[in-house]
Amino acid sequence: MTDSMLSGSFAPVLPEIFLLAAACVLLIADLFVKSERRTASYVLAQLILLGCALLTALVSTYSLRRPVYAFGGLFVGDQMANLLKLMAYLATAMALAYSREYLLDRKLLKGEFLALLLFALLGIMVLVSANSFITLYLGLELLSLCLYALVALNRDSAASTEAAMKYFVLGALASGLLLYGMSMIYGATGTLTISEVAQHVAKLSGNAAQRPFLVFGLVFLMAGIAFKLGLVPFHMWIPDVYQGAPTAVTLVIGSAPKLAAFAMAMRLLVNGLLELAVDWQQMLVILAVLSMALGNLAAIAQVNLKRMLAYSTIAHMGFMLLGLLSGVVGGNWRNAADAYAAAMYYTIVYVLMALGAFGVLLLLSRAGFECETLEDMKGLNRRSPWYAFVMLVLMFSLAGIPPTAGFYAKLAVLSAAVSAGQVWLAVLAVILALVGAFYYLRVVKLMYFDEPADTTPIAGSGEMRLVLSANGLALLVLGIVPQPLMALCFAAIKAL
Amino acid sequence: MIVETAVFYLFAAVMLIAGLRVITARNPVHAALFLVLAFFTASAIWLLLEAEFLAIALVLVYVGAVMVLFLFVVMMLDINLERLREGFWRNLPLALVVGAIMAAEIVAVIAERYFEVASQAPPLPAGYSNTRALGMLLYTDYAYAFEIAAVILLVAIVAAIALTLRRRKDTKYQSPAQQVRVRPAERVRLVSMPAEKDR
Repeated sequence: MTDSMLSGSFAPVLPEIFLLAAACVLLIADLFVKSERRTASYVLAQLILLGCALLTALVSTYSLRRPVYAFGGLFVGDQMANLLKLMAYLATAMALAYSREYLLDRKLLKGEFLALLLFALLGIMVLVSANSFITLYLGLELLSLCLYALVALNRDSAASTEAAMKYFVLGALASGLLLYGMSMIYGATGTLTISEVAQHVAKLSGNAAQRPFLVFGLVFLMAGIAFKLGLVPFHMWIPDVYQGAPTAVTLVIGSAPKLAAFAMAMRLLVNGLLELAVDWQQMLVILAVLSMALGNLAAIAQVNLKRMLAYSTIAHMGFMLLGLLSGVVGGNWRNAADAYAAAMYYTIVYVLMALGAFGVLLLLSRAGFECETLEDMKGLNRRSPWYAFVMLVLMFSLAGIPPTAGFYAKLAVLSAAVSAGQVWLAVLAVILALVGAFYYLRVVKLMYFDEPADTTPIAGSGEMRLVLSANGLALLVLGIVPQPLMALCFAAIKAL
Repeated sequence: MIVETAVFYLFAAVMLIAGLRVITARNPVHAALFLVLAFFTASAIWLLLEAEFLAIALVLVYVGAVMVLFLFVVMMLDINLERLREGFWRNLPLALVVGAIMAAEIVAVIAERYFEVASQAPPLPAGYSNTRALGMLLYTDYAYAFEIAAVILLVAIVAAIALTLRRRKDTKYQSPAQQVRVRPAERVRLVSMPAEKDR
């Protein structure tokens, strides 16, 4: 198949088409599944994810050298999209494996859960491959709508309903801001296609009369992105939603959608508005400092683990911004690929850490018992040395202690910031990360040096134990040999 | 020309007042009706721009279907308005300040670009149908976006059902299929009983 044939055909969109069709099949097939455990639906969902991964691997061979476009430029298939899609499949498959028992115990594992999860994944894929404001927005809405419904899925819980309502209202507001920004940029450039926006912006940004107009639109775009990433001051929803949602759904929200939010920032800021980097990098500096400060300081005060991890998300996303904001130095783009690759690596590693941390909470929860406070982690070492060790690796990685992947991710991002001349910002980030280490290490202390309050043996299905162990080990391995994944990220950014 | 401008300002003014009343009206039914008015005037402005299809779709879909449903819901639910309004006056000063700053910024940025522009859109060629033009765009250039919008609607259906459908175990319902398939033997049950003795 030649490139020209491919650009006019549906071939690059195959994974999306497959996932949509398969999710609809799952939705119907699940009606005929009689068993309470829904093994058939669960296996089908995992197979669908595997199919998507194979198709994406197939499609990615066509876009190795340069991006392929489809549907008149609404869709772009490039290496960044493919890598992020593969990571999103992995995150979704892991989320499924972790949450199965938890959902079964609470009678929440219905066909709708699986279908909404897959549709959310479809939204992520559309967003990640968006080359137009329209597809970007539609992907975002598809993803968000599924997440709102998933948060509210436990209908009898007042906390879940309240969390869903907050998420929905604030999400709608953020969508409005994003659309407003898009309409501003559209008004200035006259096109919705991101790659064409970039060309127009390159022409317009030198014009003193036009530039304020573009920057004005950029401010609103930034608000939308910051909401999706959960950056201060657009973070209000994160703690409440993380705490209110069933832990399995918190796991879903905290993992793959972060990849989508990263892709959204890359598409809008780097693909579309790179000429305005001077302006958006300043905004990112403010967001990064506020997020790291508030996230790390507020997490110390939390007793609820889910809430603590929510504030930790805010801090981590702020840290990730250090990479995004050090791409362009004084109109010089030499640093860009390194910096954005570091940010991408950070995001991927963060997703793995979030999956693992919430996975441990799911492992320790059982029917009628939610593991969600610091108390519940007491003496985990006595109950299960291995899972205490896995949690130790996760906490070390979140805190950024070598030799875990979290350390390498922080190092890469910091070195990008330092080579961009943002030394004071890097110093501040390190200090705040040290503050953050306190609450991660407190969990480790509780696990290893306190007496267990509850000595029930740890349940959890075989596949969950296996995946969770692999998750913990992967973070250790990625910390010791980070190069392969880093090389993939670098190649993906290089090919943008 | 002047008539058109006058009509535009008339509809625009009515729309702004209606929009303001939507958020200030005390009675939610009134607010919903003002929203209907806002939709009507918006569609009138679209008509002025010769976008007939959008104008009619707005009236049919929003006024005809969405707002009627909305009114139903507003009337069915017993909403405690006083509680909803609690924060309104307290937060109003802050909201006004933020809103005023935003409005001033928007005017400052947009004013020099658009306020002096008095250009007229070129007249449409004869026989131009914007329904057809929209259809061509939707099903060719924007087919992908159109399909995703359809998926969003599907998700909305799935989510709405997942969140609201409750199967009650104690309801007694009839199954027409079983009723039709019933055989005479199942309707009458013959029970053999020993004959009772006479007293």
